[in-house]
Amino acid sequence: MASIRRRKPIEPSSTSVQKEDEDEDEEEEVEEDHSKNKHRKKSDKKSKPKWSCVDNCCWIVGYICVTWWTLLFLYNVMPASLPLYVTEAITGPLPDPPGVKLRKEGLKAKHPVVFVPGIVTAGLELWEGHQCADGLFRKRLWGGTFGEVYKRPLCWVEHMSLDNETGLDPPGIRVRPVCGLVAADYFAPGYFVWAVLIANLAHIGYEEKTMYMASYDWRLSFQNTEVRDQTLSRIKSNIELMVEANGGNKAVIIPHSMGVLYFLHFMKWVEAPTPMGGGGGPDWCAKHIKAVMNIGGPFLGVPKAVAGLFSAEAKDIAVARAIAPGVLNNGFQTLQHIMRMSRTWDSTMSMIPKGGDTIWGDLDWSPEEGYTPMKSKQRNTDTQKASQDDPETEISQTKRANYGRIISFGKDVAEALSSDIERIDFRDAVKGQSVANNTCRDVWTEYHDMGFGGIKAVAEYKVYTAESMIDLLRFVAPKMMERGSAHFSYGIADYLDDPKYQHYKYWSNPLETKLPNAPEMEIFSLYGVGVPTERAYIYKLSPSAECTIPFQIDTSADEHDEDSCLKGGVYSVDGDETVPVLSSGFMCAKGWRGKTRFNPSGSRTYIREYAHSPPANFLEGRGTQSGAHVDIMGNFALIEDVMRVAAGATGEELGGDQVYSDIFKWSEKINLQL
Amino acid sequence: MASILRFRKQCYVEPVKFQFFQPQTFDKKEETVATEAKTALENNEKRNKRQQKERSCVNSCCCVIGYMCTTWWLLLVLFNCLPAAFPGFQVPESPGTRLKREGLTALHPVVLVPGIVTGGLELWEGKPCAEGLFRKRLWGGSFTEILKRPLCLLEHLALHNETGLDPPGIRLRAVPGLVAADYFAPGYFVWAVLIENLAKIGYEGKNMHMAAYDWRLSFQNTENHSGGPQSPNDVSVSLLAHVPEILIRDQTLSRLKSQIELMYVTNGYKKVVVVPHSMGVIYFLHFLKWVETPPPMGGGGGPGWCAKHIKAIMNIGPVFLGVPKAVSNLFSAEAKDMASIRAMDPGLLDSEILRLQALEHVMRVTRTWDSIASLLPKGGETVWGNLDWSPEEGYACDLSKKRYLQASAGDKDTNGSDVKMGFHVKDSNKYGRIISFGKETLQLPSSQLPSVDTKWKSSDPLNLILEKCSFHLHKWVLIKILQQEFLGTRTIKNTNSSCGGEVWTEYDEMCRETIRKIAENKPYTARTALDLLRFVAPKMMQRVDSHLSYGIADNLDDPKYTRYKYWSNPLETKLPDAPDIEIYCSYGVGIPTERSYVYKLSPNDRCKSIPFRIDSSVDGDKDSCLRGGVYLADGDETVPVISAGFMCAKGWRGRTRFNPSGIATHIREYRHKPPASLLEGRGLESGAHVDIMGNFALIEDVLRVAAGATGTEIGGDRVYSDIFRMSDRINLRL
Repeated sequence: MASIRRRKPIEPSSTSVQKEDEDEDEEEEVEEDHSKNKHRKKSDKKSKPKWSCVDNCCWIVGYICVTWWTLLFLYNVMPASLPLYVTEAITGPLPDPPGVKLRKEGLKAKHPVVFVPGIVTAGLELWEGHQCADGLFRKRLWGGTFGEVYKRPLCWVEHMSLDNETGLDPPGIRVRPVCGLVAADYFAPGYFVWAVLIANLAHIGYEEKTMYMASYDWRLSFQNTEVRDQTLSRIKSNIELMVEANGGNKAVIIPHSMGVLYFLHFMKWVEAPTPMGGGGGPDWCAKHIKAVMNIGGPFLGVPKAVAGLFSAEAKDIAVARAIAPGVLNNGFQTLQHIMRMSRTWDSTMSMIPKGGDTIWGDLDWSPEEGYTPMKSKQRNTDTQKASQDDPETEISQTKRANYGRIISFGKDVAEALSSDIERIDFRDAVKGQSVANNTCRDVWTEYHDMGFGGIKAVAEYKVYTAESMIDLLRFVAPKMMERGSAHFSYGIADYLDDPKYQHYKYWSNPLETKLPNAPEMEIFSLYGVGVPTERAYIYKLSPSAECTIPFQIDTSADEHDEDSCLKGGVYSVDGDETVPVLSSGFMCAKGWRGKTRFNPSGSRTYIREYAHSPPANFLEGRGTQSGAHVDIMGNFALIEDVMRVAAGATGEELGGDQVYSDIFKWSEKINLQL
Repeated sequence: MASILRFRKQCYVEPVKFQFFQPQTFDKKEETVATEAKTALENNEKRNKRQQKERSCVNSCCCVIGYMCTTWWLLLVLFNCLPAAFPGFQVPESPGTRLKREGLTALHPVVLVPGIVTGGLELWEGKPCAEGLFRKRLWGGSFTEILKRPLCLLEHLALHNETGLDPPGIRLRAVPGLVAADYFAPGYFVWAVLIENLAKIGYEGKNMHMAAYDWRLSFQNTENHSGGPQSPNDVSVSLLAHVPEILIRDQTLSRLKSQIELMYVTNGYKKVVVVPHSMGVIYFLHFLKWVETPPPMGGGGGPGWCAKHIKAIMNIGPVFLGVPKAVSNLFSAEAKDMASIRAMDPGLLDSEILRLQALEHVMRVTRTWDSIASLLPKGGETVWGNLDWSPEEGYACDLSKKRYLQASAGDKDTNGSDVKMGFHVKDSNKYGRIISFGKETLQLPSSQLPSVDTKWKSSDPLNLILEKCSFHLHKWVLIKILQQEFLGTRTIKNTNSSCGGEVWTEYDEMCRETIRKIAENKPYTARTALDLLRFVAPKMMQRVDSHLSYGIADNLDDPKYTRYKYWSNPLETKLPDAPDIEIYCSYGVGIPTERSYVYKLSPNDRCKSIPFRIDSSVDGDKDSCLRGGVYLADGDETVPVISAGFMCAKGWRGRTRFNPSGIATHIREYRHKPPASLLEGRGLESGAHVDIMGNFALIEDVLRVAAGATGTEIGGDRVYSDIFRMSDRINLRL
């Protein structure tokens, strides 16, 4: 089956190749064919045209096949190192992969390693399904080739959705995470996630017994993975086993993306007493964890999650959209289907920006203000040191971007002074019953319950900051947020010893939990910088209000100025394309630095930033110095850091902080009681 | 994929052939095409003879290929459009669906323990020739790599000949998870059917675990090599002292222990049901002892561990007492499907480059696998019979078949007497003689046979050296010394004989004279066959003897039985103290199974060949069990009934010295019935060793036990063979 799918898309290209090859022949042959046809016509008129047509078709198919097979044969015969030679000939000698390099240095596997994959990158497989999913038992619904998305999209959406009320399996459907390293080594064929890191670790002696992929069902809220699959218990037991079997060497944990929050949740869970937690006792983390190396961690959430939940439009949270354009185009309700599906996933709500206006800025202020993308790019490449000559003067010239206004309706509103904006509170607005919506009942997004009145009220509030945005989501999607607020919290704790913070809903919010009592544990925050990252959005009402989502990003809002951060209705700041620097760096730069109330035992924190430099040419694939959210997993510098720590190095030995962005300056601006 | 490749190959060949068969093929096609082609050809000839002819040939080639491709794609499209179930062909309802309707739900967590060769192995570190295969399966899966670079792959599959662990620079590890052994090759299920049925009643990843292990290693080595020296002159230990990092292997036993404990806790303190298959049975037997033994050698679970965590052990196709096949496999690499490399990969054996040495290569590789030696027959002559006697004697192949077809279990008595009548008349089969040279010796009474050379029984290497021919003696000693120095790297082999090729089986070190002497000693029983192996493959057996034992214990309380080499032999260990466990022996019956072999000297005098081979020309008369040099007995095609059933039927039945706590045992036999039609695939009522994993009756039993039923609730013993009668004949003190 796979071969057919592969063969089909290549056909056109092979024809073109063949055409080039046999251009000369072709013409002759065409002539010849005509002459043949003529001859045939003379001899037998009736059956002639039909036959020659079929013949010709087959003849062409034959040529294509032969060419294809020849190419395939050549490809298979070709020594495996050939592409490498070609690449080296063009780009010059490649650096040794870190695994090879460090092996030469004599590094050996020491600490067991645990990977915690993020959202959407891990595979899910079917264990029980409805009639329409016959024959897919233990096949991957998510990850892998996504063949089923094309074949039976509606069935697929049905199986990927969770129950809208409970956030657990719908009756009769069981979709479970794939186990083992295969769960997230490749997301799709050829699109690595963890594979490069795994391969490099294997070079210095790691193997299955010292590496563990803590795969979990990333659609569920964190506590529900324990309720349903006992995933947290499994992780606990596996870490214990690995530590014991490796002679007491503590584990190095490497979470990526949402896995960072998941592991934060785990660390609280494992030390909490049994009914709600894992009962590991107060020193479990101190005994079992050497370091937590967070890669691209959205500690404080990502603005993208808001856009994703609000209108299913963020760029790669709704990966479903990107990978399956066919699905999007074959019906007008696709986006709604996706929205309905992703709104049943509690996990997306774990990424809503946390900390409210204190962190993300209010109407007039934001920690990143004054950031200009062009300038920072130059700085990254040139000096690597934050040039401290104050850009105040420049800022007054260029327009200030109000990053604090995460959602604003209309470009003018986004730029206006706060005193000029007239806002009508939407919270008390009556949701009208809209008459027209009965036609599209089969797709259910909660927008249908809102009616025109509600939609208008939302638009008239004009500007939403991180705090009021949560109210907005509560208003437009009450059921989802009701489910979500039972599992997640987005505030800042005033008093951390308040007994209410023992509830699991606070465990994944770093601003409402204390780190475990493990002074020797090291926390790293590794992330890419230098890629424009979505930070705030300009929305408009959707023109056709019938069956579509009533809001959409106003892609026409653009600043013609080259220095501007506004492109296609999106304000961007420095980050790794998904997570803004503020979210991934703040906790390690300030929130947990030293002995603070969030880090009472004074665990050491380190910031390791990796400046993004795009691949020099297409032969490099996704680049070995990338800083993008997922591609950073192939960044050689990052891999080297991870391997050194796994082989026993401390943060100091790595070189302490490595900073290219303005994270320390921005953190200073945030006024948070520590 | 494989089929497409094959098809593609055909297409490659096609154009070449086509030039010769052009007219015929056109005839075969429709007449119109032929006439057209002819007219076209004629026309072309008129215009431009040479050029046109060539071109038309190319054209028609492409045409034909085009036709074939289009048809192929059409068929493929049709196949994909086809509804999953044929309207005419009714698949019987799977046991999972039926039991779900009955209301069964997942209760006890299930642990699956795969057997030998069915588990996948993947590469973690390799030689340059295996570049690009990182974390790809070398064993299991599509096996395409074996076809592409056979020698490289065999090198990676082999273990170190002295230590039985990884060779330096190569790390091949077991695939973890359910994928390890659900399918052995694409479309060839092993556990997949059982898993699917379990899933129907609610099982999933959290309460089902596949205990995959590296099946090439000896059992204790899957944990690590920390067992300590078994004897002062243990070669492997002294060797390992130099390379400490390979001491540590996979900790598979610890992992299994931790998984069982975890599942026990997370599933509401429900004990686990263990389902081992084939060699997994003795692997799990080893685990049972290991887990209760204190830490340096064992898992330190304490004496109550098994009683606390295990509800039932449902052994499928168990090889408790070994299989005769293992002997012939180690002796001459010839058993029928144990050496499945050979069966699966005929291309490998027939290929031009390897033609001469394929079998020898296989032999070299398999002899480095300790696990195959764990399947050698255990219990010696007491269980497997001596020169004159065997427990199965009187088993008549044809009669038994008829009986299986006609009679149900009810009228067994009358048939039993029939059989007795039968064997008084005929010559009885001498099953006890596992290996004999020449058919005549097989039939002779023992008094007329030459006595077995007692000198062989000494396993002292010096004795063995003296046995070798004198002109080889010097080299042999030299090699020994060299090997001590160089830790047995393979370079030395080249010095050892005139035909120092790459293939190294220990036969190179023996000269024809010794080989002839082996043959003169005529028949070997289970006990002497071991001595024979010790003689022809001293190094392998020396390694093996430190990990495995094949005897019967006289006094089980002897402190020596705390050593791990005895743990996988049911006749030298006690079952754990856990009276609530139930042990099932589920196996197929009704298929002729290899029991003993007639050998001859290989006519081939080439130095690198294996000097012995099964004499496939020897055939008995119609009723005889002798076919193609192999004596057959009842069994599941691999394991004879006596090995699969004896422990449950007698050895552990009631309170015996092997089963001091009186664990209940149940025998569940499944009569083999070949698939009725092609559409049934490998059959729903098969009794064959691997195919039985798709047997609906067996699956139903497993599901019921997993959902909480006890042995008596599923019907207690279910017996079709003569296992109880055979067991009675075995004179073993209990």
